[in-house]
This record gives sequence, C-alpha cells and structure tokens, in this order.
Amino acid sequence: MMAQVHSSCFASPDDNRVTRVSYVVTYITNSFHFQTLVPTEAKIKLINMLSDSGLSVIEATSFVSPKWVPQVNISPPPLLTHPAKGSTETAWILFVTADRFLSSKCQMADQVEVMKGISRKPGVTYQVLTPNLQGFQAAVKAGAPEVAIFGAASELFSKKNINCSVDESLQRFDEVMKAAKEAGVPVRGYVSCVVGCPYEGKVAPEKVAHVAKRLYSMGCYEISLGDTIGVGTPGSMAQMLEAVTKEVPVSALAVHCHDTYGQALANILVALQMGISVVDSSVAGLGGCPYAQGASGNVSTEDVVYMLHGLGIETGVDLSKLMDAGAFICRTLNRKTSSKVAQAACKL
Amino acid sequence: MGNVPTTVKHCLSYEQLIEDYPWLRRWLQEDKEIVPTGVKIQLIDMLSGTGLSVIEVTSFVSSKWVPQMADHTDVLRGIQKASNVQYPVLTPNLQGFQDAVAAGATEVAVFGSASETFSKKNINCSVDESMLRFEEVINAAKKRQIPVRGYVSCALGCPHEGHIEPSKVAEVAKRLYEMGCYEISLGDTIGIGTPGSMLKMLQRVMKDVPINALAVHCHDTYGQALPNILTALQMGVSVVDSAVAGLGGCPYAQGSSGNVSTEDVLYMLHGMGIETGVNIAKVIEAGSFICSALSRKTNSKVAQARSTACCDESL
Repeated sequence: MMAQVHSSCFASPDDNRVTRVSYVVTYITNSFHFQTLVPTEAKIKLINMLSDSGLSVIEATSFVSPKWVPQVNISPPPLLTHPAKGSTETAWILFVTADRFLSSKCQMADQVEVMKGISRKPGVTYQVLTPNLQGFQAAVKAGAPEVAIFGAASELFSKKNINCSVDESLQRFDEVMKAAKEAGVPVRGYVSCVVGCPYEGKVAPEKVAHVAKRLYSMGCYEISLGDTIGVGTPGSMAQMLEAVTKEVPVSALAVHCHDTYGQALANILVALQMGISVVDSSVAGLGGCPYAQGASGNVSTEDVVYMLHGLGIETGVDLSKLMDAGAFICRTLNRKTSSKVAQAACKL
Repeated sequence: MGNVPTTVKHCLSYEQLIEDYPWLRRWLQEDKEIVPTGVKIQLIDMLSGTGLSVIEVTSFVSSKWVPQMADHTDVLRGIQKASNVQYPVLTPNLQGFQDAVAAGATEVAVFGSASETFSKKNINCSVDESMLRFEEVINAAKKRQIPVRGYVSCALGCPHEGHIEPSKVAEVAKRLYEMGCYEISLGDTIGIGTPGSMLKMLQRVMKDVPINALAVHCHDTYGQALPNILTALQMGVSVVDSAVAGLGGCPYAQGSSGNVSTEDVLYMLHGMGIETGVNIAKVIEAGSFICSALSRKTNSKVAQARSTACCDESL
C-alpha cells in the first residue's frame, strides 16, 4: 500500500524564497567537557574567532545555577541569539549551558568572565539561556544584551526534563518575560522535540504550533524550532512548518536541526524553501546526541554555510575563517571535527 | 507551496534505489586491499533480500590493472540471483562486455565523463574516444537485447578542471542516451555539488534527456548528498544511487567520505512518504555485515543511531 506522499516537501527547488539568511546562528557545544575542560581564555578566543568569521549570532554560555543536578542526562537546548531584525546590531551571542551536567562541586565561575572577556564585535549578538528569574538577573548583570527561554512540544519530555507540564513551564517563564520587558532585553523562544520525542515518538504539528504561538504571544521576538533527536525528515519538517506558520509569522521562525540520522541539511533546505531565514548550527558539529551515546548530534555550521553559499544565499560568513575556528576548538578539545566540509578541505 | 504537479506525484510514487557496487572498486583502488570473493557474494545475497531492485555487482575491468576486481566472473556466477532484482556489471570496453556475457551478465553499464581531463587521467582517452568504445559495447549489447545503463561522472565538478558546465554534462548524457542507454546516472564524483548546482545541471540536462531516464549518483564528501538528492526528487528524478553503509571513500580526498549511504537515503525517502519497497532494517543488517567483515566503521548516520539504541523506534 502506498504511503501518502507529503506534497509540501516537493516544492520546486526554484521556489526558494530566501535569498539572504538573516543570520546563521552557531552555538558552541554545551558538552560537559567543553564547559569544564576548556580554559576560559580558549572559550573567549573561540568566540572571538567566530565573531570575526562574520557569524551574527553565537551562543555563548548559560546562566543556570551550577548547583543544579540534572534529573535527566540531556543537553539543554542551545541558546541562540539573533540580532534584532532591522537593527544595526547584527550579532548576538547566545550561551548555552551544560550546567545540567554539573554537580554542586563544579564551578561555572567563568560564565561571567567569558561574557565580560569577549571582544564584542559590533553587529554580533550574544545571547544567554535563562531558565528562571535568578538566571535572568545574573545574565543582565553580566551584560547579556539578549536572553532565551524554552518550551517542549512534548508533554512527556517536559515532565521528564523539568518535572512539569508544558503549560506550567511556560507560566514559569512569565516572570522572566516581565523582567525582560521592563529591562528592555529581547527574548528568544526555543521549542524542543518539534518532529519527534525520545519518549512520545511522533509529535503532532498542532502541538508545536501551540507552543510556538504561546512563546511568540508572550513576547519572544523569534522562535527556534528544534528537532532535538534528529529524527525529522523533509516530510515531517514540512508538515510541522505548515502548521506553525499558520500561527507564527515565518519571519519570526528559525530551525534548529540535529543530524543524528543525517537529515539535517535536507531538513534545513525544506525550511529555506518555506521561507525560514534563520538557521541554527554548531561549529565543527560538536555535541553528540544525548539520547544515543556516540551518535552524531548537531549539524555543523561549516556544512550549513557551504550549502547556503552553493544556493547563492548571502550569509556574510567567511567559510575559511569559520573553518579556522572549528579547527581551533577541535584541537583544543582533542576531538575530530564532525563537519564533512572541514574533513574534505583538509585532505584535498 | 504545497501544490505538487501531478507528474511529480506520479514519478515519486515509487522510488528506485540502485545499490552502487563500484564503491568497492574505488575504495579498493584506494586501499589496495583484496576483499575475499565469499564476502562479496554474501553481501550481495543479503542485499538481494532487502527489496532493492538493482544491485551493481562487479566490474569487468582488466585484472592486470585492477587486481581487486579479478574475481568478477566468480562473483557474478556465485551470487544467488533473485528473480525481481537486476544485477548490472560495469563493462568499460568490448572485451569486458564479452567476458561479462560469458559470465552470465544480463545488464551492463558504461562510464563516461563530463570532464576531458578526468577522462584522460582516469581511462587514458578523451571523452569522444571513450564514447566510441561505449558505442561498440552498446551495439553488441543491443544485438543480445542486454540493457545498458550510462554513467556521467564529474556532473557537478571535476577534481582537475573544477567547475563543469551543465551544457557539457547534457552533451555527454545525450550522447549516451541516443546511443541506446536506457538510463543515465549523473554522478557528483567529488561530492562538491550543492542544491544550487544540482538544480542548474538538471535543468540543462532535462532539455536533452527525458527526466524518467535520469538518475542521480551523489557523493557525500561535503555532506551535501541528501539535500542534493532531495533537489533531484523535487525536479522529478525517481532513481537514486547509493552504497550500503556509505562505504567507499573519495579517491581524490584521502580519508574523506565518499558515497552516500543507502540507509540514510531510505530514511529520508520513507520519511517523505515515498514508497521504495526496501526494508531498511535488512539494509542496516547487510551494512553491519560488510563493515564487520572489512573492519570498517559504517558511514551511515542512521545505522550509527540505531546501533546505539537511540530513542527512535519508527524505523
């Protein structure tokens, strides 16, 4: 019996509505090793190299209490910051925390140091993940010009992850949103499990649309839709985006695709064809899938930029400088890059 | 957005996957290792049970130049041919064709290039000279009613010449088609293509060769294979080449990835609702077998995710 063909992923490739991405967001792996084993100076150097490559949004760190013991061994969603659309400042740096891996003994004292230490390039935005009011206050004190909050599209994921329902989690962010509005600090929203959940399996597109709409109505200027476990394909991605774009303007949407099943670039291509102009990624593709030890996770910024340039899309990014930054962090971490572009280029 | 032309829907109701065996040839050329004949036969037999309808088996090249393929006759005779599967073999010249027929081949393939320099360096003759050789093969095949598939390499770029004009790709594809090849597989030999260059190349080739006679053979050297395949599907292509476990490196970039893995392609096609008739779990099993036999790690991300018992059970 023939399965239903998802027609929306068969748009003519000519139908590429995006000629210039607003920005490519890259986040630095929030792995435990990075956060704890990489010296502060190296973190600062990496962020500065990424700024120089032309990236407009870089995720930097996260202000979660270092005493927080994770209930579930998952990585928090990366924080991405974008420069405010239309503003002269075009870059934000977002820091994602790996704090969940930290025990009370682990010091994350360099969070503030990193924020203060980076040479902030005009036009680069730095964003900080703030799961609660305390985190928000600490971030603003350290000079974060932008923050992020997150919600899951899956009830089970929300319960297992932060021990409350999706609606309850969004209510908790109310106080962050109020404080952010008062302080004039922009907030980015993040939705996880948009095409699949490690516990629930398939996630209904309508549920994703509901959460995205809530975050947008609360005041988030942008909503990043995350395929947390990388199970999405152009079929499920198109279906999900069709539902979400009915509730949130496409200009306020971003995609955050994981590459666990090798589908990330194809999924990003479909998103571009549907008008999405903000793409999240990770330099050198570092950061594995927390649900599958050893499996790949993040899509690498280098591979995304290579595709975007091949499509004739302006990104403002210098790919060779970006690759230098990726090579630097891989040497520092003593890890092999996950970027195929980086692997190919260094051999040819 | 969302309105799919009827012709596209029909084309995409069934997607045919070609299992590309020359990966083994290229990889072996790179590594100089001889894979036991029994291992090759076992792999092909496993693939025959997955639902794949075309499995390229071996290459009838001179064993003097490519010792790794010296067992081509034994492999072709040794496999258990399933009735609903085609087993094409590569035949670069008339001698190779005759040897293939003697060994029981019922479908053959010829391998042209869109790049003059690549043709000279790879098979020591110009594109025109290679076409004359292929014409002999195709004519001999016609007499025996043996179908011939044509390949065009360097369709999106050449390791020596760099950019390749889509018109050159179209010229070579058209020649092969008009000589009698039933299908032309357009190969991104060095994996350098992107959806942008794939689109432009296909738009040009489709002016000279009907879309239902075209296939794509994408390499994943720059991670672009799946988006390139997606672009081809959106253009109406319904035949995709791939290699189990994505084995087979790029001979022009030591250590880089080469072939796109069949498992990852299937995952995408099934996720899009495209019927392939292929059992992905059995392909993963075949991939696991050959990787273990060759002491190689799989290049398939789907296989890696599944082997670590990831969350997703929807396969």
